[in-house]
Amino acid sequence: MPAILSIHDLVKTYDDGFEALKSVNLEIEQGEILALLGPNGAGKTTLISTICGITRPTSGTVTVGGHDIIADYRKARAMIGLVPQEISLEPFEKVINTVRFSRGLFGKPNDDAYLDDLLGQLSLADKKDQKIVTLSGGMKRRVLIAKALSHEPSVLFLDEPTAGVDVELRKDMWQIVERLREAGTTIILTTHYIEEAEAIADRVAVINKGEIILVEGKDDLIARMGQKELRIELHESVSELPPSLTDYDLQIGRDGQSLIYHYDTAEGRTGITRLLADLSEAGLHLRDIETKQSSLEEIFVGLVREPS
Amino acid sequence: MNLQAIKAIYRFEMARFFRTLMQSLLSPVISTSLYFVVFGAAIGSRIDEVEGVTYGAFIVPGLIMLTVMTQATTNASFGIYFPKFIGTIYELLSAPANFFEITIGYVGAAATKAFIIGLIILGTAYFFVDLPIAHPLAMFVFLILTCLSFSLLGFIIGIWAGNFEQLQIIPLLVITPLVFLGGSFYSITMLPPVWQTISLFNPVVYLISGFRWAFFDTADVPVGISLLAITLFTALCVGFIAWIFRTGWRIRQ
Repeated sequence: MPAILSIHDLVKTYDDGFEALKSVNLEIEQGEILALLGPNGAGKTTLISTICGITRPTSGTVTVGGHDIIADYRKARAMIGLVPQEISLEPFEKVINTVRFSRGLFGKPNDDAYLDDLLGQLSLADKKDQKIVTLSGGMKRRVLIAKALSHEPSVLFLDEPTAGVDVELRKDMWQIVERLREAGTTIILTTHYIEEAEAIADRVAVINKGEIILVEGKDDLIARMGQKELRIELHESVSELPPSLTDYDLQIGRDGQSLIYHYDTAEGRTGITRLLADLSEAGLHLRDIETKQSSLEEIFVGLVREPS
Repeated sequence: MNLQAIKAIYRFEMARFFRTLMQSLLSPVISTSLYFVVFGAAIGSRIDEVEGVTYGAFIVPGLIMLTVMTQATTNASFGIYFPKFIGTIYELLSAPANFFEITIGYVGAAATKAFIIGLIILGTAYFFVDLPIAHPLAMFVFLILTCLSFSLLGFIIGIWAGNFEQLQIIPLLVITPLVFLGGSFYSITMLPPVWQTISLFNPVVYLISGFRWAFFDTADVPVGISLLAITLFTALCVGFIAWIFRTGWRIRQ
């Protein structure tokens, strides 16, 4: 697949000297879904804003469908739809009018048949003539998506589409993204959630401190993310492991009253069942158990941790 | 040229005007009627004719100008400030439209609103006074140019303003005093000589004088100078907007 979006040596330095993007290079293929992950302040929104024309790049080039975002901004921008992170909508306007406005702004003549269909796909058909102020937060987010798709873009940016959104709506959002992928739309979304990347992305790019530190296929990343930790709280303290348990990858917790077991969910057997049986046979009594998955944030913070 | 974008902005802004129709139209009509009652009937009845025109009729051009200038400025400044305030500006900045197209959309809509309000006040005036219009075409030219130039000024204020206070401050502290002191309610020839000279530094004097000439064929300053003044003012605003467009001042980081 050819690259629909090419970013070369993109630098953005704000007036106050803050270097938000440091020489970013990224190629996004047509039709793929790329999840852009990174902690707060990593440069995710700056990257999207720069591609979309909201902030000006300091140096470097970006092309969308072969069109330079500065020299050929009209063609480049016409191909892009942007769903911002914040819900920014004209409160007293009707849903259909704000969507028509977006379509016109992006240079397309009005097409009510298309817009009705779009609103229908986003479950907004019955809200069409309602004022935005009367809608719930989830519905407002859908209106933002409808606005971004109103001019039939080939590339869609979703900036934290599910931040602060309940589980049900998040699933809905994933379905919407899936349908867009089927229609051939290239999607770049930013997120904090690994589940989100896992559920919908083809590739994952990790950005930190203005640099892309990793671009990887989703499956490879999941393998990395498979590491989990099982924490077993005991009734009594132990100073050393009973001989029957030395074969396990077990560590004694700092307080001596817990054991920590590392396992890999990607492997067929986790060994948990056998471990629990062996614990009981060794005469250890369990008080509580908890499992913890390393968060993506931990992974990429680990990736960029400066040697001390 | 992204004509669709201009059309979309214009329609969206006009929709806001019609959505708040009562507020948009009723308040200028009521305040103008109050001016007629107070200045035209109560005080005006004790004032002799000014330059051969009854005082009630004399103040009409000034009243229209007063309202049109204020309305054009506030409408245009609010029109572009509001998207900045609620965050919908992202859409304007990411659209395949240049700043001139965006300006035409917003300023065009603000100027149209001010023009409609100006005509309504003119209509209202006929309920109170007999009003000749000596040069109808010139009257329209002055009215349209005033709507346009003050909408451009309002647009610049809206881009500059970082909060609602700043949005109000120029109309309140600059435009209203200039309009009141610009001869809305009097001819500057009625002033002592020193104040006449000072008044000539007030750009609004030229606009009101020219507009009044279109009605009564008498003016404080030659009408050619009035026309030149308003053209210069419009050009200045356009030039400033062109500069904003080049630099992205207050708009794009």
